[in-house]
Amino acid sequence: MSTNVTIVSRRGFLENVFSAGALILGAQLPIPAEAAKVDSAAWNPSVYLGLEKDGSVIIVTHRSEMGTGIRSVLPMVLADELDADWSRVKIEQAIGDAKYGSQNTDGSCSIRDFLEAMHVAGATARTMLEAAAAKQWNVPASECKASNHQIVHSKSNRKAGFGELVALAAKQPKPDPKSLQFKSPDQYKYIGKNLPMIDSEDIVTGKGTFGMDAKVPGMVYASIERSPVFGGKVKKFDDAEARKTKGVLQVETLDAFKPPHVFQQLGGVAVIANNTWAAMQGRKKLKVDWEQSPHAAYESQAYKRSLQETARKPQKAVRIIGDVDKALASAAKTHEAEYYVPLLAHASMEPPASVAEFKDGKVTAWAATQNPQAVQEAVAGAMGLKKEDVTCHVTLLGGGFGRKSKPDYVVEAAMLSKKVGKPVKVVWSREEDIRFDYYHACAAMYMKAGLDAKGKPTSWLHRSVFPSIGTTFDHTARYAMDLEMGMGWNDLPYDIPNHRAENGPAENHVRIGWLRSVAHIYHAFAIHSFVDELAAAANRDRVEYLLDLIGPGRKLNIQPEGMKYWNNDQPQEKYPVDTARLRRVIELAAEKSGWGKKKNLGIAAHRSFLSYIAAVAEVEVENGKIRIPRITYAVDAGTTIHPDRVKSQFEGASVFGTSIALFGEITARDGKIVQSNYHDYKVARIHEAPIETQVHVIPSRELPAGVGEPGVPPIPPAIANALFAATGKRVRDLPIKSV
Amino acid sequence: MIKLKVNGVSRQFDGDPDMPLLWYLRDEISLTGTKFSCGMGLCGSCTVHVNGAATRACVTPMKSMEGKAVLTIEGLSAKGDHPVQKAWKTCAVAQCGYCQPGQIMQAAALLKQKPKPSDKDIDDAMQGNICRCGTYQRIRQAVKLAAGVKA
Repeated sequence: MSTNVTIVSRRGFLENVFSAGALILGAQLPIPAEAAKVDSAAWNPSVYLGLEKDGSVIIVTHRSEMGTGIRSVLPMVLADELDADWSRVKIEQAIGDAKYGSQNTDGSCSIRDFLEAMHVAGATARTMLEAAAAKQWNVPASECKASNHQIVHSKSNRKAGFGELVALAAKQPKPDPKSLQFKSPDQYKYIGKNLPMIDSEDIVTGKGTFGMDAKVPGMVYASIERSPVFGGKVKKFDDAEARKTKGVLQVETLDAFKPPHVFQQLGGVAVIANNTWAAMQGRKKLKVDWEQSPHAAYESQAYKRSLQETARKPQKAVRIIGDVDKALASAAKTHEAEYYVPLLAHASMEPPASVAEFKDGKVTAWAATQNPQAVQEAVAGAMGLKKEDVTCHVTLLGGGFGRKSKPDYVVEAAMLSKKVGKPVKVVWSREEDIRFDYYHACAAMYMKAGLDAKGKPTSWLHRSVFPSIGTTFDHTARYAMDLEMGMGWNDLPYDIPNHRAENGPAENHVRIGWLRSVAHIYHAFAIHSFVDELAAAANRDRVEYLLDLIGPGRKLNIQPEGMKYWNNDQPQEKYPVDTARLRRVIELAAEKSGWGKKKNLGIAAHRSFLSYIAAVAEVEVENGKIRIPRITYAVDAGTTIHPDRVKSQFEGASVFGTSIALFGEITARDGKIVQSNYHDYKVARIHEAPIETQVHVIPSRELPAGVGEPGVPPIPPAIANALFAATGKRVRDLPIKSV
Repeated sequence: MIKLKVNGVSRQFDGDPDMPLLWYLRDEISLTGTKFSCGMGLCGSCTVHVNGAATRACVTPMKSMEGKAVLTIEGLSAKGDHPVQKAWKTCAVAQCGYCQPGQIMQAAALLKQKPKPSDKDIDDAMQGNICRCGTYQRIRQAVKLAAGVKA
C-alpha cells in the first residue's frame, strides 16, 4: 500500500500547471483512452482536448462530478477560449491517469488549480488553427480569427471550419505559452454565463449513470459483513443459512487490512449473489464471530471527557504570538469556554458502490470515486499489481463530500472479482455507510481570552484536541496534521497582541477522514461562538465587535510553531490572509441581512479554501423547534466562472451546515457505532432546512479560490449565535439538541 | 408468477416474492433511474408511482405488485418534457442528481393531487425526500414553476 495516496500528493500542484503550460502542451501526449475511438487523424493538442475531422471538439474532463458542476464548467472555459460552439463539444470523462495531474476532486481546488490550464489549452489550439488557416490562405496569421467553431479571414471573407483545418493545424508548431493571446472578459461567451450542466437532461430522465448503476456483462453482486468494531478480524463463521438463500452463489472471506488502514478493505465475509437483494439477504444470515479488537472499549461519552480533559491542560503550541500567560495574568477580566463537535458521517445519498473485474492480471473498475488515481494505487497495492494495470472509469457520484476520495469499496470489489472469477459489484447498504464511514473527527476545544476595558481581547488561548486524519496514513499518529491546524486554527486573523494555539494528542478508534470543509467545521464553531460570547460579555454589537477584533485591512504573515502554515499549499505571497477581504464580506452580509433591524440574527465570518465568507443566520424558535427563515451569505471567492453553480454550492452548504448544527451526531458504544440510517443519523429535510439562502458574491478578478466547501464552516456558529440572540441560551456542544 | 406493468409494458416475475420492487427494477430489468439509498423508506430516492400513487420501491415487496401498474422516472415522459422535469431543468435544481428522480416522481404525484400546492403542501409532500446536496430551495421553486403558482 503506497502511502502517498494522500491529500499531500495534490499539494504544490498549482505551480506545475500554471508556470508550465508547456508541461501540458509541449509534448505530444498519447491520445486519451476515451478518445481512442476517434479517427486516427484526429488531433490532440493537449491531454484535455481533441479535435475530430468532422469538427467535433472533444474535451476530456478529468475532475469527478459530485454535484458542483465541475465536469461541465472547466470544459466551458476551454471551449470559450477556443471559441468553439458548445453544441459541438463532446465531454469525455477521463479514466484515472497520472498524465492529468491530480484528479483528486477534493479540497475545493478544481477551478483554482486548472482554470489556467483550460485557458492555455484552448488558446493554444485556437492559435494553431489560426496559423493553419493563415497557411492555407497565404495570409498573415494575425488576420485570421476564431469565431464560433470557424476561423475567419474577414478581409477576403473566407471561412474554414475547425474540422477542415485539423490536419493542417496538427502540423503547426506549438506556440510558446508566453506568446498566447487570451480572450478579454468582454469576449467571453460561456464564462460568467449560466449554461446548463451537461448532465442535467440525463439526471431528470433517470439516465445518469452513478457508481450504483454500473453494470457489466456477467456481473455478480456482493454484500459484505464487516466487523462492527474497527479492526476486528473474523475468528470463525457459519454460512450455511446464507448459502441456502435464493440467488446466493457463494461466500468468500476478505482479509482484514494491515495497519495503517489507508484505503484498504476493512475485511469480513462477502456473500455473492445474482442480484443485490439476494446478496444482502444472504449476508444477514451469516453468523460471524469476531476476534476481540483493541477498540472494543470505545465509548463516546468517556472519549469526549478524555478529549476535554486533555484540552484543559497545556499542550503542544502550534502558533505563538507575544506572551499569552503573562497577558492573561494581568488582564482586567478573562473569559473562558469549552466547545465540542461530535463525530459526523458523510451520508451521501448514494452509498459507496463499485464494479470491478479482474482478468488476465489486470483490473478494470467502474466507480463513483473522487480520486481515480487513488483507486489505481489502492487496488494495485492490495492485489500486488502495478498501478498501470488498474483502469478506473469514473461514473457520476451521488454525493461525495470527501467520503469517495477513499476507495476501500473499489478494493473490495477488485479482490472479490479475483476470488469469484467474474466482475463483481459491491453495494454498501445505508447501514454500512453510516457504521463504517471515515468519520469527520469529534473535537474538544478550550478557549480563554484576557480582555481590556472595552472587552476586546489582549490575549487569546485556544486548544483543540481531536483524532487526526493522519491516523489514516500512520496509525500511531496522535497529533494533528499541518493541514488540520491550518484550517482556521493556527491562522487566526484577529488583531490580538498575545495569541497561542495548542494541539493535544488523541487516539483514533474509528477511521477518521475529511468531510466537506474538514477541520474548519469544529474550529469555526469554537472561534466564532467564542467571539460572540466575548461581544455579548462586552455588550457590544457583534458586527462592530468583529470588525474591531479583525482590525484594519492588512495582509498577514502567518508563522506557526513547528509546522508549516498549510494555506491550501499555496504560498502566502500569492494567497495571503487578507483581512480587508474578510472585513468586506462581513460588511456586505450585515447590509444584506438587515443587521441591526432584527434581533434574532447571528453572524460568523471565516476564511477557508482561500475564500472569504460571512454568513448571517436568522432563526425563529417556536415550541422548542428551530426554524431558519434565512441564511445570508457574502462570498469573496476571487475569480469565478459559473455564477449559478457558485450560488448553488452555497445554497447547499447552508443546508449541510444546518444538518451539522441541528442533527449530526455519530456515537459509539462497546466500540460499535450506534446510528445506522437516516432515522437516527438525521440530515436536514425540506421543512427543516433554511427556507431561503441568499448568496451575494463579490465580483472579483483576484486569483480563484474555493467554492464547494467554504460555505459550510460559518453556518453552525451563525445559527448558534442567532439562537443566543433569540433566546439568551448559549450553545457550546453540537448538535443543538434542545432550545 | 407475479404479473405487473412497468411503464406500460407487461412484465412477469418469478423470483423471491419478498424482493422489493426497487431491486426488481434495478437489477432484473435495468431501470436504474430509481435509486437505492436507505432501504427503509426513509429518504425517498426510490420513489415511483404504483397505480398513480407515490410509493417507496425499496419497501414494496414484489408479492404486493400483482396486477399493479408501475411508473418510473424512465416512463414519466417520452422526451423528458413532463412539466416537473422541465421546471427542474429551468431552475437548475440538481447538484449530484442522485435523489432527483425520486424528488421528481414525488413532485409529479403531488401536482396530480394538488395542482396548485401551497408552501405547506410542498413541505408536507416533499419532506420524505432527502437531498444531501441541499437543493430544497430550488425544489420548492421548481414545484411552483411546474404548477404555475407564484414563487
